[in-house]
Amino acid sequence: MISNNIQLDEQGRLKHFLSIEGFKRQHLINILDAAEPFANVHEQAVKKVPLLRGKTIVNLFFEASTRTRTTFELAAKRLSADVLNINISTSATSKGESLLDMLHNLEAMHCDMFIVRHKQSGAAHLIAQHVSPLISVINAGDGCHSHPTQAMLDMFTIRRHKKDFADLKVVIVGDILHSRVARSQIHALTTLGVSAVRVVGPKTLIPTQIETLGVHVYHDLQAALIDADVVIMLRLQKERMQGALLPSESEYYHQYGLTEKKLKLAKPDAIVMHPGPINRGVEIASSIADGPQSVILEQVTNGIAIRMAVMSQTLGRSGEKA
Amino acid sequence: MSDITQLTSAISSKNPAISIINGRLIDPGNRIDTQMDIHLQHGKIIALGKTPENFVAQQVIDASHQVVCPGLIDLRFHIKDPGYESKGSISSETRAAVAGGVTALCCPPDTTPIIDNAAMVKLIRLKAETEGVAKVYTLSALTQQLEGEKLSEMRKLKDAGCVGTTNALRPVKSTLVMRRALEYAASHDITVFIQAVEPWLSDGCAHEGAVSTRLGLAGIPVSAETIAISRDLQLIELTGAKAHFCQLSSAKAVQLIKQAQQEGLPVTADVTAHHLHLTEMDIGYFDSNCHVIPPLRTQRDQEALRQGLKSGIITNIVSDHQPLSSDAKLAPFEETQAGISGVETLLPLALKMIELQEMSLSEVIERLTLQPAKILNISEGTLAIGADADICVFDPEAYWLVDRKKFLSQGKNTPFHGWELKGKVTHTIKSGQVVFATETL
Repeated sequence: MISNNIQLDEQGRLKHFLSIEGFKRQHLINILDAAEPFANVHEQAVKKVPLLRGKTIVNLFFEASTRTRTTFELAAKRLSADVLNINISTSATSKGESLLDMLHNLEAMHCDMFIVRHKQSGAAHLIAQHVSPLISVINAGDGCHSHPTQAMLDMFTIRRHKKDFADLKVVIVGDILHSRVARSQIHALTTLGVSAVRVVGPKTLIPTQIETLGVHVYHDLQAALIDADVVIMLRLQKERMQGALLPSESEYYHQYGLTEKKLKLAKPDAIVMHPGPINRGVEIASSIADGPQSVILEQVTNGIAIRMAVMSQTLGRSGEKA
Repeated sequence: MSDITQLTSAISSKNPAISIINGRLIDPGNRIDTQMDIHLQHGKIIALGKTPENFVAQQVIDASHQVVCPGLIDLRFHIKDPGYESKGSISSETRAAVAGGVTALCCPPDTTPIIDNAAMVKLIRLKAETEGVAKVYTLSALTQQLEGEKLSEMRKLKDAGCVGTTNALRPVKSTLVMRRALEYAASHDITVFIQAVEPWLSDGCAHEGAVSTRLGLAGIPVSAETIAISRDLQLIELTGAKAHFCQLSSAKAVQLIKQAQQEGLPVTADVTAHHLHLTEMDIGYFDSNCHVIPPLRTQRDQEALRQGLKSGIITNIVSDHQPLSSDAKLAPFEETQAGISGVETLLPLALKMIELQEMSLSEVIERLTLQPAKILNISEGTLAIGADADICVFDPEAYWLVDRKKFLSQGKNTPFHGWELKGKVTHTIKSGQVVFATETL
């Protein structure tokens, strides 16, 4: 299965972008490189480039999102594509229309790309396997599985600050179990050659056999932070307090919240990242979120550049042929 | 379909006199494995070897280079009828069964309505007799409506024809109710079929391990199976009930059953053909055809299941046949329905154990015929003179490519599509009637 990567076309070019897994280092580097020129587009008087003029991109969000949907929309518009936003609340799908039926209806409207977010792991793969061959699918988050553009924008941000991936010590803190962001980051970091990826959290939030993905597991944040170059804090969903995963927010903050005192254990030039939206005082102290080591807002800006890069790499070339 | 002829209607007499000649006759119950003819009349086996005097065969089946064995008995077969006929009917699914060499199958009570009253047992039997081509046995619900609260009328259900009782995939949460159900079943010598699932740990869709972690799928740990087995083994010891554990999935489960058997508890266990050949790795990128309950586990578990089968801890192989509509598998993995349309690949997958585990042909056949018959306490699974003429004839050397589109089952949901398998059924005879035959290959 893994050798047959549906994310690439026969020529080995990007067709869909569903998960980091399955890509080689060079593929990821290409995306990062392609994002570089886009990172400065917003500084120009005219923010648009005409790469995807005439293309129709559908934002298909089965799960609520503001930031991700907005940055995808902005990215598409800056590439001059037409954008359609469809927010499908759970009530709409509960009418009995299946995911694929809905998709075939949209296909009939001759769109070029679906950007999909769905609460179920594997939804984007399913859609990519069943859409007409002319349509590209970009995964904007599927269940607990994958959020590849988030991981790539994080890699882009790291590269802007750290240049070389090989010697980095990267710490990912929090709810790894439910995090598609963490899974994608882990694949991206290990693929790019980072030697030390540390995941930190209580056992209730660390999935079984996560070591098989090439990471080291810590249950003590302070031990994990020693000499870290990059600290990635994950959002803690409020509902994790139910179901006996955690005793309380305050105990979580005490053990796994990033405070200035704990951050001193990392390297002095360590950067602090967060995929947002942040819970101040739950996983991160405000003084750090707003402090000099934080690159959280930079991540948001870079998200547009990365999404422009991924979209233009998947869709831009059909224009070449025509 | 073109190479298949349903001969039922072509033959005028309902139970013609048939001779099957030149075949390799394998009957594990009577320790027979030799080239021998077999003669059938009035739905029974009347002679082995020489043609009896005054016997005139109306049909002669030349089984040269083929194996002639008792019809297979499948202890786990979801027929979906009544209730879900769009997925499978007694007519379509018994035809699929006989195409797989299965002449008797046993369906769990989770039909709609549930088999917890004698009328349902009679209805299914009637439907099987009028519409079906294989023998259909039923298990009664262990508790009313499978709700795990009140005992079903399991004695009445036994008298109506149920060959055992089970709560199917719905675990009995209350240990007290489970104790009483086992006690009551033991009083009436009813075997309890147990699908070992600890409900609090089973809210997932894949084995909790490296693959579920990689794919972000909710996992079902091995302990979901072993906790339930351990509890029920304690209760079996307490109550003296006879129990059969369905579809073991882990090495630890095999170990627990082994211990219980060594201690002398009256327990048996089965494994599905797919758990013998697939692991969590086969899910790949969310292949919903590998969504099964219990989940496919690791290679180590698979190895233990194979060894358990060989050593006899696991008594028999089942298909856990679950025909599903194509829509049921076209959704994100977790939302798809679990199950495999398995009966048409049961025999060749079982036969693979000959090479994989150095089992003999006779040992494999025993686990598909005599052993399940013993568990159901029925006088089938044998080629003894006087027994029902339920016979499977297959070519053990024939290779064929699994093509789900050619399945007779309404369910085309198989992860084995495209596999090349060895061993193909050529004739199936139920109660002396040829119910399936392929033309010569």
